[in-house]
Amino acid sequence: MEGEAGNFTAKLKSEPRFIDPLRCTGCGDCAKVCPVTCVSEHNCGLDRRAATYIRYAQAVPLVFAIDPEICIGCGLCEKVCLAEAVKYDDQPRYNDLKIGSVILATGNEVFNPSDFDTYNYALLPNVITSMEFERILSASGPYRGHLMRPYDREEPKKVAWLQCVGSRDTHHCDNPYCSGVCCMYAIKEAVIAKEHSHSGMEAAIFFMDMRTHGKDFEAYYDKAKEEGVRFVRSRVHSVEPVGDGDLEITYADETGEIKQEIFNLVILSVGFQVGQEGMELAGKLGVDLNENRFVKTESFAPVATSREGIYVCGAFQGPKDIPQSVMEASAAASASSLLLNDVRWTEAKVKEKPTERNILGERPKVGVFVCQCGINIGGIVNIPEVREYAKTLPYVVYVEDNLYTCSQDTQVKMAQVIKEQGINRVVVAACTPRTHEPLFQETMSNAELNKYLFEMANIRNQDSWVHSGDPTQATEKAKDLVRMAISKVTLLEPLKESELGVTRKAMVVGGGVAGMVAAKDIADQGYPVYLVEKSSQLGGQAKKLFQTWRGESIPAYAEGLAKEIENHPNIKVYLNSELKHVDGFVGNFKSTIQNGGEPEPVEHGITIIATGGKEFQSEEYSYKKHPRIVTHQELDQRFNENDPSLRSINSAVFVQCVGSREPDRPYCSRVCCTHSVESALELKKINPESDVYVLYRDMRTYGERELIYQEARREGVIFIRYSLENKPQVEVVDGKVQVTVFDPILQRSIRMQPDLVTLATAILPNETDALSQFFKVPVNAEGFFIEAHAKLRPVDFSTDGVFLCGLAHYPKAIDESIAQARAAAARAATLLARDSIFFSGMVAFTRPIDCSSCGVCVSICPFNAPRFIETGRDAGKAEINPALCKGCGLCVASCRSGAIGLRGFDDSQIFAMIDSV
Amino acid sequence: MSQTFEPKILAFLCNWCAYAGADLAGVSRFQYPSTIRVIRTMCSGRVDPSHVVEGLKSGFDGVFVFG
Repeated sequence: MEGEAGNFTAKLKSEPRFIDPLRCTGCGDCAKVCPVTCVSEHNCGLDRRAATYIRYAQAVPLVFAIDPEICIGCGLCEKVCLAEAVKYDDQPRYNDLKIGSVILATGNEVFNPSDFDTYNYALLPNVITSMEFERILSASGPYRGHLMRPYDREEPKKVAWLQCVGSRDTHHCDNPYCSGVCCMYAIKEAVIAKEHSHSGMEAAIFFMDMRTHGKDFEAYYDKAKEEGVRFVRSRVHSVEPVGDGDLEITYADETGEIKQEIFNLVILSVGFQVGQEGMELAGKLGVDLNENRFVKTESFAPVATSREGIYVCGAFQGPKDIPQSVMEASAAASASSLLLNDVRWTEAKVKEKPTERNILGERPKVGVFVCQCGINIGGIVNIPEVREYAKTLPYVVYVEDNLYTCSQDTQVKMAQVIKEQGINRVVVAACTPRTHEPLFQETMSNAELNKYLFEMANIRNQDSWVHSGDPTQATEKAKDLVRMAISKVTLLEPLKESELGVTRKAMVVGGGVAGMVAAKDIADQGYPVYLVEKSSQLGGQAKKLFQTWRGESIPAYAEGLAKEIENHPNIKVYLNSELKHVDGFVGNFKSTIQNGGEPEPVEHGITIIATGGKEFQSEEYSYKKHPRIVTHQELDQRFNENDPSLRSINSAVFVQCVGSREPDRPYCSRVCCTHSVESALELKKINPESDVYVLYRDMRTYGERELIYQEARREGVIFIRYSLENKPQVEVVDGKVQVTVFDPILQRSIRMQPDLVTLATAILPNETDALSQFFKVPVNAEGFFIEAHAKLRPVDFSTDGVFLCGLAHYPKAIDESIAQARAAAARAATLLARDSIFFSGMVAFTRPIDCSSCGVCVSICPFNAPRFIETGRDAGKAEINPALCKGCGLCVASCRSGAIGLRGFDDSQIFAMIDSV
Repeated sequence: MSQTFEPKILAFLCNWCAYAGADLAGVSRFQYPSTIRVIRTMCSGRVDPSHVVEGLKSGFDGVFVFG
C-alpha cells in the first residue's frame, strides 16, 4: 500500500473461488458429489468436509468455493451444477483501490497448545481446546450439539477446564498478557455442557484468578457456582492418560499441596495471539506492533495506529471480548469518517425512485412464480403439480416455474410478465423471505408495483430440504404453503413508507471524558452539538485521576480536551445545567435545558447519554476514621499534587473489592485491580524501600494490563489473597492504623501497621431516573443503563436515536470509555448524515373509534410508539407513531378492544392463512 | 386411514429467531415430520389468542408459538 492518509493506493489480491458467487445459489449439490474430503477447519478438525465447500452454514453470502489444495479436478461438480457456476479456470484478481483510510479488523488466532508437553494435547484425543469444545456444543457442529468426547464418542461425566493456556505465561510461550475472555467462556461452556448432559455432568474449572470483570459477568459466575460448577484455585502440573481414555490431572492447590483428580475430558482454555499473518500484514502496511505483537495504540487514541489514516479494532488491537470489539469497530468507523469528512457522499450513487402504478379498486390479479432451485426443490417437490395446482386457486392469473427464480435473467423476465399480464400481487414459492424477499421486492418496484404486494412461500428451507425422504408429503406441504401465501397476498394493500426530516444536531448529556469525546467527534464532522453538564466544569471523574496503566497523565488529557470543547465552533456547552423535559423521537427531539435562568428549548436529532459514575464511599474498613485511610481518588490527588509526604510512606496496603462483588453490589468494578497495581508501582517508584501490599480476591488485571501486575511482583509488591468470608480488618488502634489479614499460603493471620491504607472502592453510576423516563430507556438493578444488546449493540438503546457511552453503561477504563464514546458518535452520525429517514410501511395503526383508552398499548410497547392523542376530536385515544413502530404487533395482540391493526400482518391476513390450510 | 397418528401442527414463528432457526434447520438438512404449517410473524408477541383458537377450529391438532 502506498500513499498517505486520505490518499492511499492499495493493491488488492482476491484469491480465485472457482465457483462464481453471483451464479451460485448455495444449494450444495456440488459438495454432495465431491469425491475428496479433508478435515474441516471450521469444526477444528473434528470432522471432514469436501473440496467444494462453504466455511459454515451461516456464511454470508451463502455461496460455495473449491479448495484447490485438495481438488482432484474430476469435473463432477461442474456436471451437477445447474446454475453453471463452476469455473475451473478462475484466476486471482488484482485490483488497485483508491482509498482514504484503512481499518484493520483482521482479528487474531487462538493459541496452539501442541508444544505444551505437560498437557499432552497433541497426543491425547480427550485433551481438546476450548475452541474445539465450542464446535462440539454447537448444533451445527461435528456432533450436532451432543455432548461427546472425541476418543470414543461417549458422554463425559466429569469435565475439567484448565485456564490460562498460552496466556499469562512466559515459560512455555511468549504471551505474558491475559487473554481477557477465557474465564468467562470457560464458565459459559461449563454451564451449557451441564445443560446438554443427560447424566448430571460434573464440571471443574482450574484457574489462577477468576476474571469476570464484564457487565453482568460476575452474576453469571455466581450463578454457575450455584449450579454446581466447581472452581479450583490451583496451578496444574500435568495431564496424564489413565484407564480407557480418561485423564489424571496433577495440580497444586492454593496452599501448595499436590493433588490428583481423574476426568473424562480435559479442555484447555486457549488464549489469543497475533499470528504470522497478522505480523506480516502490519509489516506490509507499516503499522507498529507493541511488545506483545498487538497493534500499538495509545490509551487516549485507542483505535489509531502508528500510521496516520490506518485504524484498528478488535482482537488485533489487544485481547478483548465481543462488546468491546464492536465498540472499537464503530470507533474506528468514526475516526475514519472524520478523516474523510470532506468527501462524504462523493462516491455515493442515488437510486432513482421508480413510479408506482395505482392499483386502487383493481380486483386482485395474482402472479405465482415457483422456483425449482435446481434440484433442491425440484428434486423433491413435484413442481409441475404445484404449478398446475396454483392455477386453480382464486385470483391467480398467471403461474410459471423457473429453474432459479432468483437469477438475474428471470428477474428481468418477471418484471416484464408482471407488466404484460397486469399482475397486481406476486407470490414467489422458493427459499426464505429472510434472504430473498428484498431481491424480489426490488423486481416488484422495477415492475412499477408497490413492494408490499408480495408474499413468499418457503418451499425449500422449510419443505424440500427437511422432508427430502417423503416427496409426496413435501409436495402436499408445498401446495398448502402456496395456497396460504396466495390467500394472504390477495388481502395485502400497497403500503407507504413514511419519510421524516432529521434535525441534524446532537444532544450530549454529560461532560466527562466520554461525553466530551462523543461531542467532539460529532462536532468535527460538522454537526452542531449541545453539551449539557450538571456540574460547573467539564472533565468529570478524569480530573480526579492520576494516570493510565501505561503512565499517560489523565488530568492533562481531560484539560486539553475540555479546552478544545469550549473553543469548538460547533459545540455549545451548558454548565450547571440539566435536561428538564424531552419530547419527540428519533430525528426530531425537542428538549428543554434548565441552566439557572430561563429554560432553553432546543431541537436535536439524536441524544447521547454519558452521565458517568462516581466513586463509592462507605464506612467500611474504618474509612474517615484516620487520615491515613484513603480512597483511590484521594491517593491520586496526592500523586497529582506531588505530595512530599508520599516520600515518607514506608509501608502501604491496598484493599480491593471495597463495595464490589458483595451481595449488596454484586458487580465487579473492573478497573480497581489495575488502578491499585498502578498506584502500588508509583509508591514503589517514589520510595523503592517501601513495603507495599495488595489484599485482593481475584487479581483482575485483564488483557495487557497483566504486564504491570507482573512488573509489580518483580518490584516486590506483595499480593495477599483474601476471601469474602474472611475479609481483612482495618482498625485504628492507639491512633495507628492496623490491618489484619489471613494469608492462605502461610495459613495464618498477618498483622501490619501501614503508613497508608488505600481502599479500592466500587464505581457507582450517577443518578439516571430522569433520563430513563425522558428517553424511555431501561436501567438495571445496579443503576447502569441497559443497552439494546449486550454483545452486538453495546452503544445503542432499543429506543432509536438514543446512544450510550462511558461509566453510565458500566465501570470501565478510560481507553474503553473513549472507544465507546467514539462508537456512540459513529452510530449517531449514521442518522445525522441524512436529511430524512424512511420508516417501514409494516407498522401498527389505531382505529380511534374502537379505542377504549385503556393504555395497554402505551405501557406494553418496547419502542414507545403508541401514545395518547392530546387534542382534538380523538383526545385521550391512542395513536401510533409510525416512526417508532417496529411492526412487532405486540400492541395488536394486546388490544382488548380490537382497535389496533398491523399493516402487512393484519388479523384478516393471518386468519386467511389459517383458514386456507 | 394411516396406522400412526401424526398430529397436524400450526406454528407461529418469530421472523428474527424461530423462523431463522427453521431456515437453518433446512440448511443443516434436519428432517422432521411434514405435517407442520408455518405462519411467519414479525414477533411472537403478534400472535393473538384468537389465532390459536382459529387454528384449532380449522382442524389443527396443536398450535405452537415460537419466539
